[in-house]
Amino acid sequence: MIEFKLPSLGADMDQGKLLEWKVKPGDVVKRGQVVAVVDTSKAAVEVEIWQDGTLLEQLVPIGETVPVGTVLATLLQPGETPEQAALHKREAPAARPAPKPAAPAAAVAAPSAAPLAQRRPVSPAARKRASELKLDIDKVAGSGPHGAVTIEDVEKAAARAAPAPADRYAEMRKAIAAAMSRSKREIPHYYLSETIPMQRAAEWLARENEKRPVTERVLIGALQLKAVALALAKAPELNGFWLNGAFQPASGVHIGIAISIRQGGLIAPAIHDVDKKSLVELMRALGDLVSRARAGSLRSSEMSDPTITVTNLGDQGVEAVFGVIYPPQVALVGFGRLETRPWAEGGELRAVPLVTASLSADHRASDGIRGARFLAELRERLQHPEEL
Amino acid sequence: MGRLSYREGMRQALREALAGDPRVFLMGEDVGRYGGTYAVTKGLLEEFGPERVRDAPLSELAFVGAGIGAALGGMRPIVEVMTVNFSLLALDQIVNNAALYHHMSGGQFSVPLVIRMATGAGRQIAAQHSHSFENWYASIPGIKVLAPGTVEDARDMLAPALADPDTVVIFEHAQLYNMEADVPEARNTDIRSAAVRREGKAVSLITYGGSLPKTLEAATQLAEEGIAAEVVDLRVLRPLDMATVLASVRKCRRAVVVDETWRTGSLAAEIIARIAEEAFYDLDAPPARVCSEEVPIPYAKHLEEAALPQPAKIVAAVKAALGR
Repeated sequence: MIEFKLPSLGADMDQGKLLEWKVKPGDVVKRGQVVAVVDTSKAAVEVEIWQDGTLLEQLVPIGETVPVGTVLATLLQPGETPEQAALHKREAPAARPAPKPAAPAAAVAAPSAAPLAQRRPVSPAARKRASELKLDIDKVAGSGPHGAVTIEDVEKAAARAAPAPADRYAEMRKAIAAAMSRSKREIPHYYLSETIPMQRAAEWLARENEKRPVTERVLIGALQLKAVALALAKAPELNGFWLNGAFQPASGVHIGIAISIRQGGLIAPAIHDVDKKSLVELMRALGDLVSRARAGSLRSSEMSDPTITVTNLGDQGVEAVFGVIYPPQVALVGFGRLETRPWAEGGELRAVPLVTASLSADHRASDGIRGARFLAELRERLQHPEEL
Repeated sequence: MGRLSYREGMRQALREALAGDPRVFLMGEDVGRYGGTYAVTKGLLEEFGPERVRDAPLSELAFVGAGIGAALGGMRPIVEVMTVNFSLLALDQIVNNAALYHHMSGGQFSVPLVIRMATGAGRQIAAQHSHSFENWYASIPGIKVLAPGTVEDARDMLAPALADPDTVVIFEHAQLYNMEADVPEARNTDIRSAAVRREGKAVSLITYGGSLPKTLEAATQLAEEGIAAEVVDLRVLRPLDMATVLASVRKCRRAVVVDETWRTGSLAAEIIARIAEEAFYDLDAPPARVCSEEVPIPYAKHLEEAALPQPAKIVAAVKAALGR
């Protein structure tokens, strides 16, 4: 039997609300198929499954908010019968914690399995937390050993008791606040910037676009993305995650694209394997992503696995942007506006379109010299647009 | 550095100690010609000669006492008491002399002696040869007690023990001698701190010595069920590094102490008492312990296994603490 659990769709997500089931019991599902839509605090996300199977039972009803890791549904493995699955079935699905009998008095584990005294068992940590939250401990149901109230029970009860979130915008603001505060609290950022001449790239792109049908025209943003992806090969310590006190390089280049939401707020879903996509493919992916992000229909894999983020505030008119890294990523690349300015080259002063590229990087994972090498490589790549 | 067994690690440390300081010598039953009952000192007699590697008569009281005398006289003796079982005959020397001279002489004398001994059960050598009494030693002020549970610690903890002005007792669990690991170059380690061997947040598993591999095995099994157990290796049994233990307990809010000594008066009992004293309001479940059953350790294999802490018992204790 396969347990389909609510995945974490980003470092700041700890629960999600089930909005829709895309499959029903008896349906055959394939790896990568969208099976449900879940509302994180940031967006309605299409959640994919990563195993083949047949849906057996939906365990969480639509509209319910459950923590990350909760079993949403069970599935039969290919070739498995419901009877076989029943044998493996756990005593109770995690989503529906039935009142459990006291833990079996395993000879080793509980030397005094005798019934506890009349007083209702509440763990010391739970009692302390409840008093901090000014919560009536007698109204909190217990899920610990002997039905004891645990700190988790208290925190869940407090979350339920909290007034319903005002609106999606406020929720998103809160999520951004949490992620960005964590970033600035934990990540020692360093910042580098480089002015990049864009004349060759702009001219090449204009020529290319003339040859293409309107639907296949490429914007300079796609060029910049591809250049970032290729330049990362020279600085792999910028592409990955800082987890458990160590850098973990990512196996692919999945660039998170910072997209502002019209009503306010920000989201950074990934385009996968940017280094392997052609410019036309990238342009299409970018357009698709932006429109789906704004419509609130992103996929779980896009939300959960960006390995680096790119932000482009050029169209808002700023010269340069020094961003805040989205943990557990270790770097963020920013592009300012494309602007024609004086530029000295080969002893001559000319008017050249320039862009300021910046790098915010996690000093725990890389040093400035690597960041500098990355920006130099990025500049170099953008001088050879035909190779992108 | 490459692959090394616990036995080889300890032997390497002894060899370096002998080569590096002319005051260091080894003494104990069968440490010379026989190469040590657990073959730790094999080859050292040939390499360093009978003055430095000395076979002692079968009197623990006499040769531990001689070691104390040599330490008082300026030497740095390393005395091997074959096993903790026989060390009971030397308890008077250790408790009344080694541990007390500094105090009784008003700080004029120190006893810089290192006493090594094997401990623990699990090898079907029956009740008289399967004791674990490191908790007794860990209750004695005036000495330090170490329990290396990894190959690296077996190699690296001897040097700071020798450098310490007080008597240091090192417990080597007999089941660890064949354990192998890839270890880095020898480095300076301390004999003050516990080490987190695996990080987790659901439960803090606190253990040492021979129970460490079993506990790590249990943590691996728990991880397969989605329970992230943290494993704290005490390393030093006296003085206890409670700061590390309490930090882990405060993080995980649940504690299970794994210790091969008998439950009553075990080291686990002391650790749980201190957790209750210092981290009571951080606990989310009663602390639990997995110790040896309170029976003479049986000879029969299945009974012996049933009497000792095992990964399955640790897993069961963790689940009980989690209410699962």
